[in-house]
Amino acid sequence: MPSNKSVSDAPITQFVNCRILKDHQLQREDLWVREGKILNPEKLFFDEEGSADAQVDCHDSIIAPGFIDVQINGEAEPCSGTLHSVIPLFTLIANPSGPHFKDCSDEILCIVLWGGSESIRNWGVSLQQPDVGGFGGDRRPTSLALVGESPAENPPGAIVQRLNSPGSPLRGHSVANLSQAEEAVREGATFITHLFNAMLPFHHRDPGIVGLLTSDRVPTGRTVFYGMIADGIHTNPAALRIAHRAHPAGLVLVTDAITAMGLPPGRHTLGQQVIEIEGLNAYVAGTKTLSGSIATMDMCVRHFLQASGCTVEAALEAASLHPAQLLGISQQKGTLDYGADADFVLLDDSLDVKATYIAGEQVWEK
Amino acid sequence: MRLVILEDYALASEWAAKYIRNRIIQFRPNSDKYFTLGLPTGSTPLGCYKKLIEYHKNGDLSFKYVKTFNMDEYVGLPRDHPESYHSYMWNNFFKHIDINPANAHILDGNSHDLQAECDAFEEKISKAGGIDLFVGGIGPDGHIAFNEPGSSLVSRTRVKTLAKDTIVANARFFGNDLTKVPTMALTVGVGTVMDAREVMILITGAHKAFALYKAIEEGVNHMWTVSAFQQHPHTIFVCDEDATLELRVKTVKYFKGLMHVHNRLVDPLYSMKDYKN
Repeated sequence: MPSNKSVSDAPITQFVNCRILKDHQLQREDLWVREGKILNPEKLFFDEEGSADAQVDCHDSIIAPGFIDVQINGEAEPCSGTLHSVIPLFTLIANPSGPHFKDCSDEILCIVLWGGSESIRNWGVSLQQPDVGGFGGDRRPTSLALVGESPAENPPGAIVQRLNSPGSPLRGHSVANLSQAEEAVREGATFITHLFNAMLPFHHRDPGIVGLLTSDRVPTGRTVFYGMIADGIHTNPAALRIAHRAHPAGLVLVTDAITAMGLPPGRHTLGQQVIEIEGLNAYVAGTKTLSGSIATMDMCVRHFLQASGCTVEAALEAASLHPAQLLGISQQKGTLDYGADADFVLLDDSLDVKATYIAGEQVWEK
Repeated sequence: MRLVILEDYALASEWAAKYIRNRIIQFRPNSDKYFTLGLPTGSTPLGCYKKLIEYHKNGDLSFKYVKTFNMDEYVGLPRDHPESYHSYMWNNFFKHIDINPANAHILDGNSHDLQAECDAFEEKISKAGGIDLFVGGIGPDGHIAFNEPGSSLVSRTRVKTLAKDTIVANARFFGNDLTKVPTMALTVGVGTVMDAREVMILITGAHKAFALYKAIEEGVNHMWTVSAFQQHPHTIFVCDEDATLELRVKTVKYFKGLMHVHNRLVDPLYSMKDYKN
């Protein structure tokens, strides 16, 4: 059909025969994309008198915003298992002075942006300090930095954009009590690293960090977010349900996956660690100490859905909208609102990922 | 006039959609000869729009060579407000079909010169060769489009202040808050619709019964502006049983007796597929 697009000549793609996650609901609507952003088709119709150049039949798939994993570990390379569902974010394990960070000051702990394969554009934000342990240690990050890395550059350069973000992560691997945790929130902390793991257990007279979920000392307008590793191993489903029911809006699914994600069972050497993979468990070799997880983000979404009995929309938002809100990027990511970045996944009804699109281009297909 | 009476809302909507479909297909529109359609909004035509969309999705009907002209639009309501008639037409019709956006005309209620906007609309209709089929509804006060009681029966497209009845009827779309309902609208005139080669009025529901009675069993009267169509050579009223509740039994029996004639207008039902070559 002839189109007269007064705003831009860039091609417009219309994704049809799909259900999109919008306004917290799955709606039977088409998704329109132009120049890597979600397009408002009504404005296109009336203002530009334009129409789609191409249609993609999604065969009744669910379209959800691309998952954002705010806690995943890798060294110089991404974990292979994450490629297919996630807008990858990575943390470097304990090496902020490494070669990737020569332009960063000491304040920024871990930022990685990886631009490994051809068309993937990633954001990298770290919210976890290295395992220096203890609350109030002297390496608390005071700002979030987004590092953009162009895939074409080799060796990879880093574009550091400092955000003067007041939010600094609460440190997991902490023995803080509730008052200390509330103090940290007042000072700007926004995120609890993998709730329940590596913190004092909940006690009814001293709830510890877990008590933040229902604390009445959280300043109004602020949301405390908390990561949950919903791989069925790190957290008992009952604990997952308790956290979810206490504070559903703050739940952020994370994988805390290590580079072993996607590797077959057996022993593997990763960096300086030797780990052993048995099924979905990864242990420090020779022990029963969990060493990170190897669940992929979509596995976590499915497990969370099944374990918590929440709605499909809630499960998908825990992996997309909530992490985007945590990072303060929910205008661009974690949403399919008009104007947002066209980063999304196509899922079937069991929430298995069928395809991944970044900036409107397909980057992975099952 | 033809008075086509169907048993319920669904059947009335379907009959109307079939009629529109047949008219478009038999016209054999192409790039040199567009079919011009006048369109209404409101709750009455929703069923008809749904059927037309279904015909399009089945490949039986295309709007590629159809130009549309909507009857009206509120003044001062932002175009992307969920209750604007632009939003209504996008969500209930345009986004589901293959019409060329440049051929879908709706009055702009936010134009800085409203009367000029109205005059330009008349000009567009004229340039398009006039309207082949104008589909409309009827208000509980017997109005066509926003030609409220007292409107001239030879009026053209213009700004109108809405009558209390109309504002109250529309309040349900604005959270039942009368203060939120727009008080002015741009509307095609009675004369504008009378210029169409054919007019089809959809009337369903018991709450429209009195207006239908006034429109067809009483005289031509500017207090019930739909009555003007008694003087149009080709008018069809499509209604359900409930809308006939205020009519004389004799009138209803007469027209029901003619249904076999009326049904020849929708049976056989044509399809674009028949004319693919």
